[in-house]
Parts: sequence; structure tokens; C-alpha cells
Amino acid sequence: MRVPLSWLREYVDLPAEVPARELAAKLVAAGLEVETVEESGAGLSGPLVVGEVLAFEVLEGFKKPIRYCRVDVGKANGSGEPQNIICGAANFEAGDRVVVALPGTVLPGGFAIGARKTYGKMSEGMICSVAELGMGEDHSGILVLPQGTPAQPGDDAVPLLGLDDHVLDIAVTPDRGYALSIRGVAREAATAYGLPFRDPAAIEAPDTAEGSWPAAVEGEGICHRYVLRGVTGFDPAAPTPVWMRRRLELAGMRSISLAVDITNYVMLELGQPLHAWDRTTLRGPLVVRLAREGERLETLDHVERRLDPDDILITDDSGPINIAGVMGGLTTEIGDTSTDILIEAAHFAETHIARTARRHRLNSEASRRFERGVDSALQLAAATRAVELLAELGGARIDPGVTHVRRERPAPAIELRLDHPGKVAGIDYPHGAVLEALRDIGATVRAGGRVLDLSEPYTVETGTDTVTVEPPTWRPDLTEPNDLAEEVIRLEGYESIPARAPQAPAGHGLTRAQRLRRRVGRALAADGYTEVLNFPFTAARAYDDLRLPDDDPRRRTLRLVNPFSDDTPLLRTTLLPGLLDALARNAGRGFPDAALYETGLVYLRGEGGFAPPPRLSVDRGPSPEELAELAASIPEQPRRVAVALSGQREPAGWWGPAQPAGWADAIEAARTVVREAGLELTAEAARHAPWHPGRCAALHLTAPDGERILIGHAGELHPRVVAAYGLPERTAAMEIDLDPVERLAQEPTAPGVSTFPAAYQDVALVVPAATPAQDVQDALRAGAGELLESLRLFDVYQGDQIGADRKSLAYALRFRAPDRTLTTDEITTARDAAVTAATERTGAVLRGA
Amino acid sequence: MSAPNTSFDPVEVTPLHADEVARARDEALAAIAAAGSLDELKAARLAHAGDRSPLALANREIGALPPAARAEAGKRVGGARREISEALKARQEVLEAERDERVLVEEAVDVTLPYDRRPRGARHPITTVAERMADIFVAMGFEVAEGPEVEAEWFNFDALNMPPDHPARSMQDTFFVADPSAPEPRESGLVLRTHTSPVQARALLGRELPVYVVAPGRTFRSDELDATHSPVFHQLEGMAVDRGLGLADLRGAIDAFVSEMFGSGLRTRFRPSYFPFTEPSAEVDMECFVCRGASVGRPDRPCRTCGSEGWIEIGGCGVINPRVLRACGVDTDTYSGWAFGIGVERTLMFAHGAQDMHDIVEGDVRFASAFGMEI
Ligand SMILES: [Zn+2]
Repeated sequence: MRVPLSWLREYVDLPAEVPARELAAKLVAAGLEVETVEESGAGLSGPLVVGEVLAFEVLEGFKKPIRYCRVDVGKANGSGEPQNIICGAANFEAGDRVVVALPGTVLPGGFAIGARKTYGKMSEGMICSVAELGMGEDHSGILVLPQGTPAQPGDDAVPLLGLDDHVLDIAVTPDRGYALSIRGVAREAATAYGLPFRDPAAIEAPDTAEGSWPAAVEGEGICHRYVLRGVTGFDPAAPTPVWMRRRLELAGMRSISLAVDITNYVMLELGQPLHAWDRTTLRGPLVVRLAREGERLETLDHVERRLDPDDILITDDSGPINIAGVMGGLTTEIGDTSTDILIEAAHFAETHIARTARRHRLNSEASRRFERGVDSALQLAAATRAVELLAELGGARIDPGVTHVRRERPAPAIELRLDHPGKVAGIDYPHGAVLEALRDIGATVRAGGRVLDLSEPYTVETGTDTVTVEPPTWRPDLTEPNDLAEEVIRLEGYESIPARAPQAPAGHGLTRAQRLRRRVGRALAADGYTEVLNFPFTAARAYDDLRLPDDDPRRRTLRLVNPFSDDTPLLRTTLLPGLLDALARNAGRGFPDAALYETGLVYLRGEGGFAPPPRLSVDRGPSPEELAELAASIPEQPRRVAVALSGQREPAGWWGPAQPAGWADAIEAARTVVREAGLELTAEAARHAPWHPGRCAALHLTAPDGERILIGHAGELHPRVVAAYGLPERTAAMEIDLDPVERLAQEPTAPGVSTFPAAYQDVALVVPAATPAQDVQDALRAGAGELLESLRLFDVYQGDQIGADRKSLAYALRFRAPDRTLTTDEITTARDAAVTAATERTGAVLRGA
Repeated sequence: MSAPNTSFDPVEVTPLHADEVARARDEALAAIAAAGSLDELKAARLAHAGDRSPLALANREIGALPPAARAEAGKRVGGARREISEALKARQEVLEAERDERVLVEEAVDVTLPYDRRPRGARHPITTVAERMADIFVAMGFEVAEGPEVEAEWFNFDALNMPPDHPARSMQDTFFVADPSAPEPRESGLVLRTHTSPVQARALLGRELPVYVVAPGRTFRSDELDATHSPVFHQLEGMAVDRGLGLADLRGAIDAFVSEMFGSGLRTRFRPSYFPFTEPSAEVDMECFVCRGASVGRPDRPCRTCGSEGWIEIGGCGVINPRVLRACGVDTDTYSGWAFGIGVERTLMFAHGAQDMHDIVEGDVRFASAFGMEI
């Protein structure tokens, strides 16, 4: 809501010296979000005066006709002689009143006016256009003051045109519909300064039984008041006065025609949207009702609209003529020949208007106000104000009749304990202060059934600690004691709220899972991975690029109705597309050696049918069954961790050659993650997209009951995936589910630290090349028994010495007993048992044996 | 010479003569002092302290002396040998130290060689800032609550006093999740949560009262991506529901957070505002921690952090609307609560000078690397 200060001052006598910024700060403190304070005449300095064109001579021979004018500027030029001014516009006649910038004037934008020679004549100033005055975009000609503008040649044009105004731009929150009007803001300004407020809606309106046009409301709860007032003999050619145009423009609306401007002006002033019909186009009584299936209406914007049974309509004998509160129909619109006008001021149901505006994508100044709730008692005053302006400015005759359909809702009454606002704030407010605040917002307060007179400081009688508050008709947002508490607190000032240190009971700190997640991040970062946070939006192509089979569950994606980008309408089921894109982006920016990780949710679409979540009550807590039903409709969203890396893991340097990033790093990253949970991972060869079929590991955890749980995959990516994502060759990646890791996480337990000497044994085992090292290692470990303290693979050899299709795995075994020094026999026995187990399980042969 | 003499005069045994012992000792000490290397010292040791050295030989003669003379001779020779041994030891130490010095200097390396062998990783500053923000409340006794990102509209809106036609609901720029059972995209009652506030409702439904929780998390609005906006961003939600809580308790929590996060003594300011899920509602500003207001009205000393406003908006808050508590089954006659929401990106931007949202979302390693493991 843009509020010109001059308009505001009509209803509250703000002291002239109050700076706009101070007023803005006070309104902010009262809860109106003033976003900007504009000074509309910034940079303007006079002498800018009213002039009357006495005569002009047309100079020929230029690109366009130029007028050399004699302009009466009264005594403003000191001499009283007419001023000679060159003007390139042609939209005026002798006798017209115009705005003259005399030499010495500086126009907005720093445009200095002087006397200068042009088109062979001396021009003593300039006749101004709307744009030159900073009043709008209209460059089509000079500003001709409408007939009847109360000004004489030589008068200062700055106050006349309202050029030195300030405009407060207020972002009105949804609860403060009343602030979408000068009236509402003026009331707050008056309260803020403790000044009297003159209500622009306090208009004497006839309440007569005689209607102005027959009308009826059909249906409950769609329209609470319906007022029609009419005029005849309106002059459609009557211009909008300058002051009204100026105010509309400052408020952000364009001037269209006097009749339309008046409806907008009254809306801005009072907050009541109005509609104006050309009465001669109406056929029979008006009916307010809901639309019927199949009804249509061509609206003012020339769009043929299919109406929804939830839309409120205004109809006449011809059918729908308006979508109520949202937009009028084309055929009944007032035009530039309309002389008989019918004004509608109504109070429609907020939620209907909200839905209709959304459904037809017709958000307008009117729908914005109806949605937030207009004053339910304002309609008669607003319609009356409009017809009075039509009469005053457009020469119309006001019909004496008034159509006034009333279907009012009962006024709400809120029981308020007078100490409640203080409890909400955490301060004790005197009861008098609470009542004063209620008075200032316009509420009616009853105690013991009696209306309290709050005009005098009120002393609360003993025992009266609860009152009944009837909020004013323009505050439909006030329905609960807390709403009233807010009013009291904001008027008393938020700055007086004290700070009380929180007294939370001793908490449990982070959960184990939460601590684990942090450790996982730190471990990966310590291992050289950099965290990224990718958008979870993916394209269908991303899954093709991963070479996922058609029936891969990762293709069962959820989709957004209104995606961020039409290219990426799907919610991710894997972290990899985002990570691989980020990796490619880094490579493109000169970092081909990058290692990235991400932890985040993926969103899975279940295999079964979808049951939409139930819309539960909000008047009570949901039952366990309702909650379970709701939970069942929410898609599974497991937490994953993934890495992707490319290029060199370690660069070449004076210490030696580079270490390329590869499949082993990706698998190790998974081990790094599960190690933080005190778990061990088993890897086995797998063929799984998007990985290289020979360089992919399926990763398993083992549950305490022995069940093996697949948590994800790691390895080198398939070369075609690498190519599709434009990644460096041999890019590797890992993705695992974190949830089972969190679930199985083990608390670490202290090991027994033996101080007896260790015994070291190396064994080299020859196995078929395809035998997984994991199997050999598992066998060695099982065979060696409890004396084995650790086992480490330190070499893998393939070559002529052992024959084709075979490999030699060299392990360092370390034995130790908790309670004694091991004998040579014991050590040999344990080592032989390990080798035997490996031989039995994998066919391993002791190398050199 | 005459007849054999039964008495034996020690002075007659030349090697044991005092002058002779002193001479042998002096020669030895001179040789030791002159030894310029460990090898020369070894030769000197052999010559003057070895088995064949004069004093070793003299020592053997002592036994031939009459008992009365042995003690004095033994003392004389022993003293000389001890002196030599100590000199050898001292010289040995000096020469070894000299050798070590020489050898270790030869092993010297260029300690300025760079060793950027294992490039270091980093956590994303959004993660670490959110953790730090949450930890301030965890230290006060709060727990960290969580919720799903694809959320039911009931949790995201209805339970938070935003019924279907509420103006605030259409102002939320919601991403709607399509009904997976429909061939054409249509709304399903599921959304990407537009704020972390649904976690309030979840925490109330899942815990015993009183409840003190914070919920850091990812949120979504169908905004454009530009320097200050992103369709995907993070919030930290905070909530307390207990007996007798009001705005003063909220302010206490916010003040504690601000002084922990940005420095003690910073003032805060509440401005009335509107959120459907709180009533009364406020926007919170804190005093600019850089200029503390000194830049206001001083164009010569502008402050980039607060734009010379003196205040920085940090989030929205309020007393939880009793309708929200009722929808979560809380007895509003007994319990009341407060809640706040603070933007994590914004906090990172003004607390650490992040300039552009693109840097936060694009995953460029240079950005996160600047922040390391913790903030
Ligand atoms: Zn500052």
C-alpha cells in the first residue's frame, strides 16, 4: 500500500514538522512494515507556476510545428508581463491553463531551466509535461490543467500538483487488511501520535427503504452486505481533477477516466473495492449467487472464462455479469459514453474470493482487499462517497434510492482476561493500559454485560478481571485472546518487552545419530573431500545418463507440479547426478582434481498406489490412527552420503609421482563413513549402474543377527557415464544409505592392550586371479584364531613367476597373546592354521611351497 | 755397587718415580688435547691409556714394591691414570659433538619445500554454521528435532494456522509434489516444506511436554536463484512449549543466541509482524556487530554489513498461536510457547561476508575450502 502523506494528513493532524521518516518508524513500531519512504518532489525547486496561454504563433519549417506562446504567469515573473515560451507540444489551446517552469527552476532529475534561444526565438522558460514534472510516464504532450482547477496564473504549482509529497510504501501483512487504505493507516498514525482521528468513512448516508436497483443474495455465507447506489446524467467527458490524478499516481494507480478513477480513489481511501456498471446495460434484478456448472463469462480483459461452482457471481437476467470481487464482465463495463452509473459496494466471503482469484489467476487490488477482509460495515458509506464524487466532479445526479442487502455474520465476542496480554508479553500491564489499547483499535468492551465508556481513563472495578471484547468491523483478524494481546503489546511497544533467560530442562544433547552424521562429515573432509549442497531437482535425462535400466527403482521419481525449472521437474532418488554435475562444474573451472561429498535426503516413490495425506482437523490433536495414516502417505526419504572424485588424489611432487583418484578411493570413502559408526564394511564385486561393471563393489554391513544389509555401491564409473557427464576419465563414486549405518552403529568399547611381545609372520598366497582378496583375507583371519592381532595385505603380484590367471597376495600377520609371550610353536601353528583355512576355502597355495 | 741389598728402595724403580709418572701423565694429556679427530684420539688412547702405555706398565711394577711403599706408588699412578681417563672422556665428547654437527649439517633439507600432497577437504559452511547455531541452543538444554523435506500440507500449513484459503499460504511460493498416481501433474497434498516450522508440530506430537527444540533444516520456495535468493535454502527453527512462556522468554533466548553467535552486549529489537503460526509475531533485528550503529548517518564511514542501518534483521518469531498448539493436542490453558526461525544462508552471508547465493549452491570447491571443518 502506497500512502501519500498529504492524503493521510486529511484525516489526522500530524504536526507539520513531523518528518516522514519519523512517522515511518512509528508505524513500523506499531506493526506496519513501511518498506520505503519516497520523496516525490526530490530535486525540484521553483519557480514553477500556473500559467494561462494567451495566444500562440505556429512556427513552420521545422520537423514538427512549433508554438511560440504568450503565457500569463501573473506576477510570478516579477514584471506581470506575459512570458514568451517555445513549446513543441500541440495538445492545448489558447485559454488553457498550464504549468510553467520559469528560468531558475530545477526540475526533478536536476534539469535546470533557463532563458535560451531556440527555433530562432528567445524562450523564457518551459511549459511542462507530466513526465518532466516527475508525475508519471506520460510524454504525449504538456500537462493541461483541467477546467475548474482552483488556481490563477502565477500561483505556485508545487502544492497545487502535490509535487512535494512523501509516499510511504507499506508491505501489508495478511492480518492487516484494514491497512490497505488511507483510513486504516491514518488511524494507526493518529494512535501513534496520540492525535484525534477523523474517519473518512463517517459519511451521512440515507438508509431508505427505496432501492436503487433490485438485488438479492442467494445462498448462505457468500455475501454479507450488498449495497447499490446509482447516478444519472454523469458527464463522461469530465476530466479527473489534477489532485485526484496525482494521488492515484502516487498510490501506484494509473488514471483512466473520471468514473473509474473515483472507484479506485474511494477504494484506496476507505479500503472498500467498488464496481461500476453502465446501468443501461443491465437487464433486470441483480442476483449474487454461486456459479453453476458450465457457466461462462467474458471478462474485462477479453478472456472467456469457464466459471467454477465455487466462484461467486453477480448475475442479471442475461446471466453472469461479474465474477464477484475479482473482475467485471465485458458487456456491462462503463465506457466513455456512460452517463448512468450503478455503484456496487459489497462484502463477499474472503475465502471464496481468495480461491477464485487463485483459480482464474486474477489477483487485483480488489481481490487483495477482499481476501484479507474489508470492513463489514463500510459498504453504504463507500458507495455514498463514490456517488457524491461522481456528482461533484462529473455533474451527475444522485439517485435517492439505496439498495442494501444485509446478511451479516454475528459480531464475534472475545472473552479476555485483563492480565492475559501481560502473560503473553511477560510483563504486567495495568488494566487501564489494556483497555486504552482496546479503545484505540476501535473495539467495544463490555464488563458484566455493560459497555464500558473508555473515553475517560477507566478504573477497573474490583472483581472485574475479565471483559468481553467486540473487535471493530474492520478487524476481522481479531478472533482470539492472543490476537487482542498482540494489539495491546504493539501499542504499548515491543521495545518494553524484557528478556528472561530460557529455563530449558537439562536436555540430552545431540542424539547418537546426529553426532554420527557430524563425524561422518568431518571424517570425509579430513580425508580430502569437500562438501557440496546440491539442489535435489533432477532431469529425466540424468537417469538415462547414469545408464539405469528401465526398471531400476531409482527411476521411480516424484515430480513437482511447478518445478524450479522445466528441465528438472523430478526429485532426486540418488545423490549422484547432483554430485557429478558439481564435479564437472569444478573441472570446467580448472579443478579437475576434485573430491566432493554430499549428505542429504533422497525422495522415493513407493511401488504401491498413492493415498493422499488426509486433511486432519486443526481443532484438536490428531489421533494415533490419523497420524499413522498421514505418515503412510509421506514418501520414504532416506538419508544418503555419496562421494565423487576425479583426476589425481595426490598430485605429483618432489615426493614422488601422482596418485590417481580411482575405484579404491571410492570404496575406502564408504569404509571411512562406516568406521565412524564403529562398523566394518564388506565389499563384493557387483555389476550395478552407473558403475564400471568390473570395478564396482556392492557394500554390505552385517547386523548383529548375522543378516547382511546392502547399503550401497562404490567404484569407478562406467566410461559412458563419465562421458555423458563430461567428467575426467576414471571418475569414481560411492553412494550409501546412512540410515542403516546409524541404526547399527556401535558404541566403542575399550580393547585389552597386551604388553607382551608381538610375533610377525609374512605369508604369500597364490590364488586364481578372479578370487576376491576379501575371501582370502576372511579365511586367513578365521584360520589364524584369537592370537591374530592384525592382518594386512602388503603386496599383490601378477606375473610370469606364478603363471597366467593367478595372483599372489602377500599378507603381514601379527600375533600376540594377552597374557604371555608366544612360543615359536604357537606362532607356527597359528600361521599354518591360517594358511590351511585359506587353502581350503579359496584354493590358495603358499607361494614358494 | 756392593753386595745384594735386601732392602728395596722404591725411588730406584724408575717407572714409579714421581717425576716419571708426572711426565707420562703430561705427555698423555698433551696428546689428548692435540687429538683433532676421533681417530687421533683413538691413537692417543692406545698410546697413553692402553695396556702397553707407560702408566699401565708402571702400574704393574707396583706389586714388586715393598708393602710399605705400594700405597703411595699406587696412589700416584692411579691419580695420573684417572686424570688421563677423564681427559679422554671429555675430549671424546667434544669430538663426537663436532662430528655429529658436521654430519647432521650435511643431512640438512630445504624445509621450505611445499608438501601439498593430500589436498584437504572441507565441510560446507552452511552445514557448519547451522551446527554452530544449533549448538548454542543445545548448550542451553534444547534438543535437535527433525522432519521430512517432502511434507504433508497438513504439517506445513494447516497445523500452523494456514487453512487452505489463507492469504499467507498462497504467498509462500510453494513447490507442490505431484500426485504420483495421476498421469498429469496435479497437487497431491504433499509439498516441499516451505519452512522448518512443520518440525514444531512434529516435535509437539512426538514428545512429552515441556518441549525445547531447535530444528535446522533445508527448506524450499519457488523463488528464482539470484544473488540473495535460492529456491533451496536453510532455516533454524527454535521452539519452546512450557508453562507460562511469553515474549520475554523468547527475547531471552534470542538475546542469548545473539551474544553467543555474534558477540556479547549486542542489543536486539523486536518489530511487530505477522506469521500465521505465532500471535503475537515479531521480526527480530540485532545491533550490527561490526559498526554497532556507528555508521548510521555517517556516509563517510559506511558499513557493508548492515548497509549503514545499524541493525541487521535476523529472523521472525513470536508466541506460538494457540491454534497451532490446539492442532497438536496441547492444552492451551496450561501451556504456551514461543518459536523463531532464522535463515542460515543469511547468517552466513552477514556473519562471514558471503556475497552471492550462487557461491553457496554451486559446489565450487574454492568456496567451502575457505571455511574448513568448523565455523
Ligand atoms: Zn554496521
